[in-house]
Amino acid sequence: MSRRIVIVGAGPAGMRAAERVVAAGERPVVIDEAARFGGQIYRQPPAVMRRERSDLYGFEAGRAGAVLDRFEALLPSIDYRPSTLVWQIERDAKTLQLLRGGRVEALGFDALILATGATDRVLPFPGWTLPGVVTLGAAQVALKFQGTLIGPRVVFAGTGPLLYLVAWQYASHGGAVQAVLDTAPLAAKLRAAPRLLARPAVAAKGAYFVARLRLMGVALHSGVTLLGADGGERVAAMRWRAGGNEQVTACDAIGVGHGLRSETQLADLAGCAFEYSALDQAWLPTRDAAGRSSVRGVYLAGDGAAILGADAAELAGARAATAVLGDLQGTTEGLHVADAAERAARPHITFRRGLETAFGLPSRWAADAPDALIVCRCEEITAGELRACVRETGTREMNRLKALTRIGMGRCQGRMCAPAASRLLADAAGCALKDVGRLRGQAPVKPFPINVLHEYTPSTLVPADEDD
Amino acid sequence: MSAPILQRIEGVQRDAIAFELDGRACSAFDGDTVLTAILTQSSRLRPTEFSGAPRAGFCFMGACQDCWVRLADGERLRACTTPLEPGMRIRTT
Repeated sequence: MSRRIVIVGAGPAGMRAAERVVAAGERPVVIDEAARFGGQIYRQPPAVMRRERSDLYGFEAGRAGAVLDRFEALLPSIDYRPSTLVWQIERDAKTLQLLRGGRVEALGFDALILATGATDRVLPFPGWTLPGVVTLGAAQVALKFQGTLIGPRVVFAGTGPLLYLVAWQYASHGGAVQAVLDTAPLAAKLRAAPRLLARPAVAAKGAYFVARLRLMGVALHSGVTLLGADGGERVAAMRWRAGGNEQVTACDAIGVGHGLRSETQLADLAGCAFEYSALDQAWLPTRDAAGRSSVRGVYLAGDGAAILGADAAELAGARAATAVLGDLQGTTEGLHVADAAERAARPHITFRRGLETAFGLPSRWAADAPDALIVCRCEEITAGELRACVRETGTREMNRLKALTRIGMGRCQGRMCAPAASRLLADAAGCALKDVGRLRGQAPVKPFPINVLHEYTPSTLVPADEDD
Repeated sequence: MSAPILQRIEGVQRDAIAFELDGRACSAFDGDTVLTAILTQSSRLRPTEFSGAPRAGFCFMGACQDCWVRLADGERLRACTTPLEPGMRIRTT
């Protein structure tokens, strides 16, 4: 086989894609930023740390074990490259630029499956930059990857299913959970119930977490407005309001998140077309039911394409790989898979709609954000600076706002601030979130020391790869 | 130095690794990231370049870039994805 299939990401989607490719007798390249496969949900501790899967993954231990063991068994059959960053995609040359162990390397591809996953979507509050305030995902990484808890006294705030899952994980590992502050109202959960029952077992788990937290005496509040975190050298308290009463909860750490945000920068660098998703309230790369993007040879799977969760990601990874194999061989096999895949994805999409109803974002967040709120963590740009720019220049587009204020230009490339900044821009300009557009991805997608670039030659300047 | 942000929950049976944090001799464990090694002793990783306010990481998964720390020799590294190595001399001020 002279054609190279490259999979980026070794979470549920990437692992299942690799399995499917290997089953067809091919040897894919699997590139992953993490040191060990699993992605975020099935993140594994370092090998020297011995921990039980039942302790690490709770209810998902069986599922995690199945996916992780299967991938482990595949390792001799794949070109697996952990701790490797794809920092650029040269779309015309169909070449990835990689960084591993301080060295850059080019890798050509015939088919590319992007399974890049997601990070927390955060609507910030004053004080969110204080030491001790981290994402819900970070709170989980501390637990699953490093055997530590943030705290000792911890508040979980924001909204989304992860809020209750993480609170339950912490409470059952001895964490002193002071409060769970959900910005979505309780009534919304009841409204969402019919759709959430599209996946009854998952809905039941959510109800279980809430019930257990109540039994353990954890204070659960809904319909909360997050006013800010107080502290000096580190966070000392969370201020919030519910039902007109302002309250202060003393704590040593806060985990915050408002659902998840697809990691789409590599799809952007690959030249994929994007469209606005009302469900995700974000611009996402377009794809067909089998995962084909608008660019021939580039496929999308998992939460990096749209937030549907780990189980849907496994399905999407397998079906994208099937489409790749069919397309490379010129068969129509992939088309049939797409039909079945569409049917299989249906309950996940209904469930996701239910989640958006149950855990909707606070509609007044942008209007209520104080001028002094730091929106950009990297360069400490405030909501007031963004509003002033809109007022003075009349800008209503994200990349223009970036050029004028540097929002999204810092080291995180807008990963942390874009959901907040785009909402502030839409609010200040008086237009819809869709109309402010999205930040364009730029290489390198993550920072690294510039001295590694002395080995780098853009592949457009060298003859095309010979096949090996 | 204020109280640590991270508390260990496992009975650690890994090899100890000695390192230096702001001139003070410290010890953490094989398998710890630089971020874990620091935040199990302290509550800060760095000052920001703009206001000088303290920071201690945010996403812990290599996305936010909030946790870049400086070593005594001037090298910088992302604490949440870098394994602790013996003898590292870390500066957080």
